Amino acid sequence: MIGTGISVNSITARRRRHPLARLAVVALALGLLGGGYAAAAPSDSTADAAVASGKADDVAEGRSLFVAHCASCHGLSAEGTSMGPTLVGVGAAAVDFQVSSGRMPAADPSAQAPRKPLGEWVTPEAVRQLAAYVQTLGGGPTIPTKEMVSGGDAAKGGELFRANCIQCHNFVGAGGALTYGKYAPDLNESTPEQIYEAMATGPQAMPVFNDSVVKPENKADIIAYITQVRGQVDPGGFGLGRIGPVTEGLVVWVAGISFMSLAAIWITAKKRKRTSK
Amino acid sequence: MNETPKPIAGTASYLDDRLGAGSFLKRNLRKVFPDHWSFLLGEIALYSFIILLLTGTFLTFWFKPSMGHVEYQGVYEPLKGVMMSEAYASTLHISFEVRGGLLIRQMHHWAALLFVAGMMVHALRVFFTGAYRKPRELNWLIGVLLLTLALAEGLTGYSLPDDLLSGAGLRITEGVAISLPIVGTYITFFLFGGEYPGVDVISRFYTLHILLIPGILLALISAHMVLMWVQKHTQMPGPGRTEHNVVGAPFYPAFMAKAGAYFLFTFACIAGLGTFAQINPIWLFGPYTPADISAGSQPDFYMGFLEGALRLMPAWEINFLGHTLPLSVLIPALVPMGIIMTGLALYPFAEQWITGDRREHHLADRPRNAPVRTSIGMAAVTFYGILWLLGANDEISTHFHIGLYETTIIGRFAIFLGPAIAYWITYRICIGLQRRDQDILSHGVESGVIKRLPHGEYIEVHTPPAEDIAEHMRGKKQIQIVPGDDDKDGIPPKGVRGPIGKLRAKASKFYGTDHVPLDGDGHHDGHADEHAAVGAGDKPRELH
Repeated sequence: MIGTGISVNSITARRRRHPLARLAVVALALGLLGGGYAAAAPSDSTADAAVASGKADDVAEGRSLFVAHCASCHGLSAEGTSMGPTLVGVGAAAVDFQVSSGRMPAADPSAQAPRKPLGEWVTPEAVRQLAAYVQTLGGGPTIPTKEMVSGGDAAKGGELFRANCIQCHNFVGAGGALTYGKYAPDLNESTPEQIYEAMATGPQAMPVFNDSVVKPENKADIIAYITQVRGQVDPGGFGLGRIGPVTEGLVVWVAGISFMSLAAIWITAKKRKRTSK
Repeated sequence: MNETPKPIAGTASYLDDRLGAGSFLKRNLRKVFPDHWSFLLGEIALYSFIILLLTGTFLTFWFKPSMGHVEYQGVYEPLKGVMMSEAYASTLHISFEVRGGLLIRQMHHWAALLFVAGMMVHALRVFFTGAYRKPRELNWLIGVLLLTLALAEGLTGYSLPDDLLSGAGLRITEGVAISLPIVGTYITFFLFGGEYPGVDVISRFYTLHILLIPGILLALISAHMVLMWVQKHTQMPGPGRTEHNVVGAPFYPAFMAKAGAYFLFTFACIAGLGTFAQINPIWLFGPYTPADISAGSQPDFYMGFLEGALRLMPAWEINFLGHTLPLSVLIPALVPMGIIMTGLALYPFAEQWITGDRREHHLADRPRNAPVRTSIGMAAVTFYGILWLLGANDEISTHFHIGLYETTIIGRFAIFLGPAIAYWITYRICIGLQRRDQDILSHGVESGVIKRLPHGEYIEVHTPPAEDIAEHMRGKKQIQIVPGDDDKDGIPPKGVRGPIGKLRAKASKFYGTDHVPLDGDGHHDGHADEHAAVGAGDKPRELH
């Protein structure tokens, strides 16, 4: 998805980019310590699982990334500050959604963090590690697998999409306005995983559609509808942004009436030659 | 060779003897039409209407105006197996399976938009040139009626496919109907045949849309054309043009060729839009269920001003003896429509009353020469435009990153301030343009030749304006003012007595006073060189 083409391992990459960042060194030390502690002291099942699957290193790496990029707002142990909420219990899915879409780290504390180009450190690997770390803090929704976001029934998904999503995101997911500077973003740039994660975690102004509200297979249906419709070639010509009558009205006035006025001017400009009497 | 072949001559005289076609054509084919590009704008609506009739007929062959529930089994994958009304399913069928169906559907919809837009620009032309004045007031009323009916025709039309977007509009229609005091509930139940949405509304709208309203439209358009034909078209002032003649080209062949060409242009415009620009993609909206609603739901553009009014309106309501009067729906639904349509309908009569002008007018006004009318018109356009713009406030908010509430708050101020500002600006522009005309008439136009006078002064030589342009400018006619001054005994003249009469006299003075009178023929010659010697004129120019 992110395709940075960096082949060196993440530690080297990070060190190269922050050679003088003392904080990073401290973070690394702390991260190793914390990771080491997590590995050494099997306290809860999440940590157990992490150890069992050999992901303890990921957690440590994630923690150091967290300290470097997230802690200034979310607190050094993700407890939350006045600038940002606690991340205990938000789950890996929330991290993957926010970071892989560029929303986090936030550029400025406005009403809503917009999707933006990813920072250089944001590789799939780094996101995975960061997510693994946050997951250890208190569980929460996990990152969906490829199978979970594919193979849905688009028609069924369409019905669910219309019932649950379009009142904010518009009928083709083109996005819509919300109050106080917030908005429902355009879904057409979101990856299937991000759509799934958004439903599972309810980022920013969005409500949570957990598995008891929208079942996992229905989430796949919705994703199938969104991806299928956005992949369509508009059969009627230019889609005009697919936002309905506003652009259509604009076109009929700007193109239609202008064209007809020019035609009228051209036709009446052709004066008949005065015939001799 | 010059003789007409017998079969043609025989048939022609047979018909002529029975229908009187020959003399009718002889009388009418040479009918003269004045030439000005803006006189063609109404034809956009006329030709769009013809295209609407043709494409609409095509659509009726496959459209099923029924709210019966069916499972979709057509070719559009993302809706396969979804339950929907037959109306929606048949519209999908037209769009995806009927050959040429989507093109015709899109042309029908674009033609509808162009129809209303054409009526609007035509109405603006008629208004700003004062072409609604006697003897054309009734034709103006027909026009206002046509515009109103076109809105109803549009609403019933875009509701027919029973898609989610139009369903939102239908829901608002129901909300407006039910908000009417006392009769609201009855009207709603009558319209929908019971509780919303019921099972009748699509078939009822269908009858209204394809039979009743187009029938009335057709009759009124015919009446509009016949009246125009009989009363003759107004013309812009110019050389040789008077209140008693029409200068232009005869209907046959010149005007007919132009009108025919203009029909083809209209057709090209609609076919081009239908081919290249997607309109009303109902498959993206999904079938209507009252439970679903989409962000960015907007009506077609001509309903946008009502949508905007609804969005601007504060949530006011009155509860009285257990009855609710929802002002937040009633006011936006009725007041802007009332101001605009009633205002349009009454304007010719109000103007007549204020000016006391009962003369016939066949020469059109240049908008600058009736500054108060033009300014009132621009204020109304601004009022309409702000409402229209605010109907899209959520799209503006999303795409231009302006807060949604900010757009509403700005709109609430702008709807009162905007028309006032537009009035003032337009008035100043009109006066400025009048001064420019007067300047050109009395001092000529700059020739670009600089001349040095014997005593050393440099002047630019002004040349008289081209004769046709000068005539065009000289076509300015005084707006009549009701005599309002008291006579020597201090008694005001008849018609302006009493408080209403005084108001009338005041309004008349305000409406008709010419602040920039043309200088007339006073110094027509003699200032080819000696521009500096020509004063500002004999009459003092009063400006405020």
